[in-house]
Amino acid sequence: MFEVRIHGRGGQGVVTAAEMLSVAGFIEGRWAQAFPSFGSERMGAPVVSFCRLHDSEIRAREPITAPDALIIQDPTLLHQVRVFDGLAPAGYVLINSSRPIEALGIGEVAARLPKGHMAAIAATELAVRHVGRPVPNAVLLGAFCAMTGVMKLESVEAAIRQKFRPALAEKNIAAAREAFGMIAGGAGAGAGAGMAGGEDGVRHAEAV
Amino acid sequence: MLKQCEGSVAIAESVALCRPEVICAYPITPQTHIVEGLGLLVKSGKLKSCEYINVESEFAAMSVAIGASACGARAYTATASQGILYMAEAIYNASGLGLPIVMTVGNRSIGAPINIWNDHTDSMALRDAGWIQLYAESNQEAVDLHIQAFRLGEALSLPVMVCVDGFILTHAYERVDVPSQEQVDAYLPRFEPRQVVDPDEPVTIGAMVGPEAFMEVRYLAHARQMQALELIPELAAEFRGAFGRDSGGLLHTYRSEDAETIVVALGSVNGTIKDVVDEMRAEGVKIGSVAICSFRPFPSAALAGALGHAARVVVVEKSLSVGIGGNVSHNLKMALAGRATRVHAVIAGLGGRAITMASLKKVFRRAIEDRLEAVSFLDLNMEVVNRQLERERLERRPGPAAEAILRDLAGAGVGVGAGANGKGGAR
Repeated sequence: MFEVRIHGRGGQGVVTAAEMLSVAGFIEGRWAQAFPSFGSERMGAPVVSFCRLHDSEIRAREPITAPDALIIQDPTLLHQVRVFDGLAPAGYVLINSSRPIEALGIGEVAARLPKGHMAAIAATELAVRHVGRPVPNAVLLGAFCAMTGVMKLESVEAAIRQKFRPALAEKNIAAAREAFGMIAGGAGAGAGAGMAGGEDGVRHAEAV
Repeated sequence: MLKQCEGSVAIAESVALCRPEVICAYPITPQTHIVEGLGLLVKSGKLKSCEYINVESEFAAMSVAIGASACGARAYTATASQGILYMAEAIYNASGLGLPIVMTVGNRSIGAPINIWNDHTDSMALRDAGWIQLYAESNQEAVDLHIQAFRLGEALSLPVMVCVDGFILTHAYERVDVPSQEQVDAYLPRFEPRQVVDPDEPVTIGAMVGPEAFMEVRYLAHARQMQALELIPELAAEFRGAFGRDSGGLLHTYRSEDAETIVVALGSVNGTIKDVVDEMRAEGVKIGSVAICSFRPFPSAALAGALGHAARVVVVEKSLSVGIGGNVSHNLKMALAGRATRVHAVIAGLGGRAITMASLKKVFRRAIEDRLEAVSFLDLNMEVVNRQLERERLERRPGPAAEAILRDLAGAGVGVGAGANGKGGAR
């Protein structure tokens, strides 16, 4: 079982991200379950969504409390909400930020993760450039594929095509591909290897 | 076709495959995506020969369904929470008149305090309204139960509620096999009403009945539900033959044959319970579970057969019968009357409080050690409760309880809206 928890704010497509990840898992022939947190989903409020991936039927319906990967769609949540709660010792953390990890004040978490398991990417900027809207969810899924290697980029692309109208889907896919390339190429690691790290175990991929 | 989609979308497609002729609904969270989905299917022309009627309230929704069904149309509606209460009077009429309407309930709590999240308080409030009540464990079962519900309801001329956990199922993306139109057509024949309003052959439906006949009419409703006890397993068996999977029936057992402790529950929490059963079995504990699919009619004999050998039964209930404890456990004790099996009610998951494997495991262990109370409350924060009780002891007018508790939680660093995370803190 691979469990992903996504944190963001209402309006950032947090729930859609988990849904797309589950569709990508299904496309790969896995069992997948995505569901929103049962919290307020008003614009701007902290929102959480969950996705489980497994090679057999998923029966549990409890929220994910010990995630294997975290996607943080809004860096302002880092010090507002206990986003790192329960993170697996060798878990992955992907943060939407135009600033490097060192500037985010989470050095303690970064230090205890294996090299290459934490990355920041300016997903909002990428989304604005490709899609024309500050919705970072699909972009982050591209980066997620590169960082963790648990999912093929083409599966995420297929999921994006299921979720969005063709024109919008292609723009999101272009952004997701760029994010994938930035993470995969950022540290010279092969696509999906996800293990190579920067100098301090932190990988940077800042969009221009 | 096997696909990965939202529960509500799968349910809408399943209902459409049943070829309803009238759909009337008023949107309410968490049912909204279901009726929106059906609206799209009607508007796009995919669902033909169906009139989608927007109504001004849930009372109107059920009233339109009653009129449509009485005229011989296959009628469908969906609701949740406050909506089901608002249509309560018409709900009793639908069953009293014997109209085989199918209604999805996207299970949600009932205010006050207002809360949009899942528990079973809404459908439980109408458990005695004369409707058949089926509870889905997964979105696959939700899809399948709707197909069986039309068949069952129309065979007996009784309305059927298909209860689906709000958010937990309605908003969950998971794999679902949505059958083909040919499969559903082969299983579900055209609606042949047992009574119909027809100007050429005028009849009165719903005449006033005095004390001389009222009990007999009521008893007939009970008799029809007793017939349903036989028909539900037959239809599930036929469904298995036609669709190749187990869905519906009176109940589902899981590793319970030799179990000393059996957990009983309705709906989606059974999935989590099965995982806990597997964990505890691996530790050598003789535990199993039974999911009740048909709550009305209540499968007393089947339950006595499935549970009678157990030393104890732990009922995990998503509703609180205030002043006594649990609804399901109360019914279950009737089914187990005269047996030594102890029955514990564990009230859990009210208003969307997450039911976690860790908490369930703890409570099952307590039961096995004979330390579990007859009625208990899973993950209840007694500190918060006691603070409010203390305020009420000290002051005649301490202020609204819900607001005071939110202030206490905020002060303790527990985020408002933690919802599913319960007392685990804000995320």
